[in-house]
Amino acid sequence: MERGRPPAPPDERAVDTHCPYCALQCGMALTPAGVSATVRPTDFPANRGRLCVKGWTSAALLDSPHRLTTPLVRVGGELRPATWDAALDLVARRLREIRAEHGADGNAVFGGGGLTNEKAYLLGKFARVALGTSQVDYNGRFCMSSAAAAATRAFGMDRGLPFPISDLDQADAVLLVGANPAETMPPFVSHLRRAIDGGGLVVVDPRRTATADRAALHLAPLPGTDRALALGLLHAVISGGHLDLDYVATRTTGFESARRIAAAWWPERVERVTGVPAADQRRAAELLARSDNAYVLTGRGADQHAAGVATVGGWINLALALGLPGRKGSGWGCLTGQGNGQGGREHGQKADQLPGYRRLDDPVAREHVAGVWAVPADSLPGPGRTAYELLDALGTPSGPRGLLVFGSNVVVSAPHAGHVADRLGALDLLVVADVVLSETAAMADVVLPVAQWAEESGTLTNLEGRVLLRAKAVEPPDGVRTDLDVLHGLAVRLGQPPERFPARAEAVFTELRAASRGGLADYSGITYERLRAGEALHWPVPSLGHAGTPRAFLGSFAHPDGLARFAAVDHVGRAEQPDDEYPLLATTGRVLAHYQSGAQTRLVPELTTAAGGMFVEVHPDTARRAGLGEGAAAVVESRRGSTRAAVRCVTTLPVDVVFLPFHFPGDERANLLTNPALDPVSGMPEFKVCAVRLRAAPVEERA
Amino acid sequence: MSGRGLRRVVIVGYGMAGARFAEQLRSRDPDGERVAVTAIGEEKHHPYNRVLLSTVVDGSLGRDGVALQAAGWAAEHGVDLRLGVGAAELDRVGRVITLSDGSTVDYDVAVLATGARPWLPPVEGLAGVGGEPAAGVVAFRTLDDCEQIQHTARTGAAVAVLGGGVLGLEAACALARRGVPVTVVHPVEHLMERQLDPGAAGVLARVLTGLGIEVRVGAEVRRWTPGYGLELADGRVVTADLVIVSAGMKPATDLARRAGLVVDRGVVVDDALRTSDFRVHAIGDCAQHPGTPSGLVQPAWEQAAVLADLVTGTDVSARYTGSPPVTRFKARDVDLMALGDSLVGLDAADSEVLCVTNAGRGRYAKLVVRDDKVAGAIVLGAPAAAAAITQFYDRDLPVPLDRLALVLGRTALVGGSEAPDPVDLPDTTVVCRCNAVTKSALVSAWHEGARGVAELVSRTRATTGCGGCAHAVGRLADWLSTTGNADALT
Repeated sequence: MERGRPPAPPDERAVDTHCPYCALQCGMALTPAGVSATVRPTDFPANRGRLCVKGWTSAALLDSPHRLTTPLVRVGGELRPATWDAALDLVARRLREIRAEHGADGNAVFGGGGLTNEKAYLLGKFARVALGTSQVDYNGRFCMSSAAAAATRAFGMDRGLPFPISDLDQADAVLLVGANPAETMPPFVSHLRRAIDGGGLVVVDPRRTATADRAALHLAPLPGTDRALALGLLHAVISGGHLDLDYVATRTTGFESARRIAAAWWPERVERVTGVPAADQRRAAELLARSDNAYVLTGRGADQHAAGVATVGGWINLALALGLPGRKGSGWGCLTGQGNGQGGREHGQKADQLPGYRRLDDPVAREHVAGVWAVPADSLPGPGRTAYELLDALGTPSGPRGLLVFGSNVVVSAPHAGHVADRLGALDLLVVADVVLSETAAMADVVLPVAQWAEESGTLTNLEGRVLLRAKAVEPPDGVRTDLDVLHGLAVRLGQPPERFPARAEAVFTELRAASRGGLADYSGITYERLRAGEALHWPVPSLGHAGTPRAFLGSFAHPDGLARFAAVDHVGRAEQPDDEYPLLATTGRVLAHYQSGAQTRLVPELTTAAGGMFVEVHPDTARRAGLGEGAAAVVESRRGSTRAAVRCVTTLPVDVVFLPFHFPGDERANLLTNPALDPVSGMPEFKVCAVRLRAAPVEERA
Repeated sequence: MSGRGLRRVVIVGYGMAGARFAEQLRSRDPDGERVAVTAIGEEKHHPYNRVLLSTVVDGSLGRDGVALQAAGWAAEHGVDLRLGVGAAELDRVGRVITLSDGSTVDYDVAVLATGARPWLPPVEGLAGVGGEPAAGVVAFRTLDDCEQIQHTARTGAAVAVLGGGVLGLEAACALARRGVPVTVVHPVEHLMERQLDPGAAGVLARVLTGLGIEVRVGAEVRRWTPGYGLELADGRVVTADLVIVSAGMKPATDLARRAGLVVDRGVVVDDALRTSDFRVHAIGDCAQHPGTPSGLVQPAWEQAAVLADLVTGTDVSARYTGSPPVTRFKARDVDLMALGDSLVGLDAADSEVLCVTNAGRGRYAKLVVRDDKVAGAIVLGAPAAAAAITQFYDRDLPVPLDRLALVLGRTALVGGSEAPDPVDLPDTTVVCRCNAVTKSALVSAWHEGARGVAELVSRTRATTGCGGCAHAVGRLADWLSTTGNADALT
């Protein structure tokens, strides 16, 4: 046993659960203690007795003084307490009025990747059946939608890690692209121990992150040049004689087109574009090629571009050229971010999707799901707008007039956040269901206080496609309802039969199983009972007797011909180029002590102390040239907005790159700057790069 | 695709510039609604990446591995491609091009992308009666040249490379990798004299010698005798079965000259890539644009993109304003970059010049800074510095205030990268990032009774995130248990 694991004292009151934050879904035991609770890590495979500071302090959310415990309704410009009946009646009436005046698409729904499978499922059903709207999408669009699309294209199926996370324990070489797990999911790093100790970790990141610090090789492409780097590595694999010819011939198709494009990206040319030395590109290719167990793992750094699908496709190409995917002991995978980022993208809260990872434009899928829902298939609307398009359309003549938000804080987390706030302000009705008064909830006409995490049961699907049961461990505060309860209450008020929208999680799951049956993400063989018994069930699980699919693609890929597809992707530049006016490149990301928009973590004192305030990382030369020193109050401006931040000098940053964390609210929102240029396939905005300038904050702006 | 009303674009030359231009046209006009495209290519091969020929010579890539365009691409994209035929005459009045097979093609826009031809120096025996390379003489420009080189190299015979410029040296390195005995014969006193100062060239010669390449500089060549070798002016003989001539390129301008276009070294073009006839454009190695280095592919590709914008009307204000001259040596064993005013002397009055030499390790780095920008550089054997300096140069960024750092491939010199002993760190240092545990928190926990690693962990949560600080916590526990004193905090 590794040194460093605290012994877990047995406590019969403790309930096994999982962390409320990221997609690693660390196992923890929660022990109620009065109105509060304590947590300890458990020996769950994802975290093996480890937790980061967010997990350790997660119970602080349960008795946070900031919890909402009564519905709020805006009266005369102010949010005032209201009864549940009054609030739900009001919402239902306004939804009906908007529908009568503007049609079914006058109402929209926005979900989240932190919602349980049951909620994501019922939310999609609520939108399409109770509201009849096509306008439903969710914040997962802003996370790994590019990887999801790229994996679907390449393999015919998108499961973040198509292998158990514990397989990584045996990895000799890991290429981590645009991922910083040492800060974003610290216990994950223990799975890379062998690769790190053996000099086999290669990290691709414009910044020298805590993860890059542990790498044998850190490749630092300039933001927005990732795809050129992927092409350079593919070139180096081919010219270095590392191509897995048998594998390419027998398990893939489309190599020749990919090869021809890579032929134009020799490492020295790639060096010129990316700044990554040609020699390092060749070293990385060799390191991966000569390892028995090699993996390519991509994160948000690959996803969050206006050509994110092509970028992830470029990295998948590299994995395919090396013969990694679909074999035990090697592979490609996506490190999903949000707690239920995987399950949340499978069960129908996505604009183009039905449960079971089915496509909304597939007539067979529509028939199947409509059958489970007992509605005519032609009553289901077609695909609607993707997340940013939806937010951008709110309150416009052709866009929705009413919006329900569940599990998302879009005024902080969406790109071009100032504009998004304007759009929300133009709505006739904004309803937000949340645990606390998030920045988005503060703008709402009606706020519905809902239960969280340990206060309710539900399943989540973690980054390895393993379905987990997060059991209820404590009672929610008085006055709080579950999201499922809210959907049930609204659906009934909208004239739906009560049994069509069950409020009990297990009942919803039973329905989800039927709806997913036969789909790519087939959950039909999963039951709460099997999960309670501790079975490790990775989807697809097509029958009760099926043991799950820990490793997908071993025999063949999920395309009809069983072959993986190379993507014919070339490098094109970023959506916004720096110029004389905005000469710097800004990139955004996370810090260890905060999660996503920070709506939860900013309420935990231990975390806010650890994280400090909003900052911008700047090269000391650049800071000095702007007349700024360490800690100075700065303003970062883009064509879309400006953000206030304290300067942190970082000598390892490129001189024309700045980094901003996106967890902070108000005029410290990094997303006031970001570029909503969207990927044409995934709808992903270009969070990872935009042109900015830096100046000292005027004295009167210094708080 | 040759419908009425379309602009008829004829591309003369289907190498890296011409083929790229065709692709750029079709990416802007995928359905052939604006331009009808005919392309004429002298080589029989479909376009390939000439930049990678040394990779073909060393065996890393096969002939197919350098192909840039699928055989069916032109047909699929409505490009009338005619390979294996040259352009004989360009009639600018009749706007018609006569091909070497006697056929004719009418044009509205002609684009010359005829490239360059290897120059054969006036050395006895190198050229045949018609000016073509004599027996045992090969240039280094085409796939066919590579085939001939490989054929000879396969027999294990010795090869001489005439010309110590970038291309010649890349060929020499490729052959050396294959175990072929190679001698580089260079008429000038030091290698790559257009890009390198004598100091860098000296280190480079040393590196090449280490790779098994014999280097003869300042060597005037008197005669090539097939089956024997190169006779030098000083009477020495470089025995070789094959001589690769890499003495420079000449823009292929015959067609343009005969058509009466203004030709200097190459076909003279302006920022719109126009020749002296506004219906005729030129791109790539055959073109001469002010401020553009010759013989590099990057300018050719940038020109192709600009001209495609203009010809398709996608962006009529597009202009090509030149490319920064960056020379990057492409060989696995030699990492060499030179850019800008690289030949500036160390004592230049108007520049800051930094130079670091470590000849024994094959390293040389020189940086010329002028007006706070990179004006020139030579970097050999220091890949990180080569990449970093090129970024500053290409993007016109102000160089780091710490110039020396940049010579070493960084943007600021920082302390050693070795992790310091946690015992020596200040109390406020965060030991466990994942759980935000400071050294003082660990020391306090010790004094509150946590006398061991497990107890420290249990009390502070240190090490329970990623586990990366386990060593540091263990070291602190050892230190606390050995000193064991209550003063540790003070």
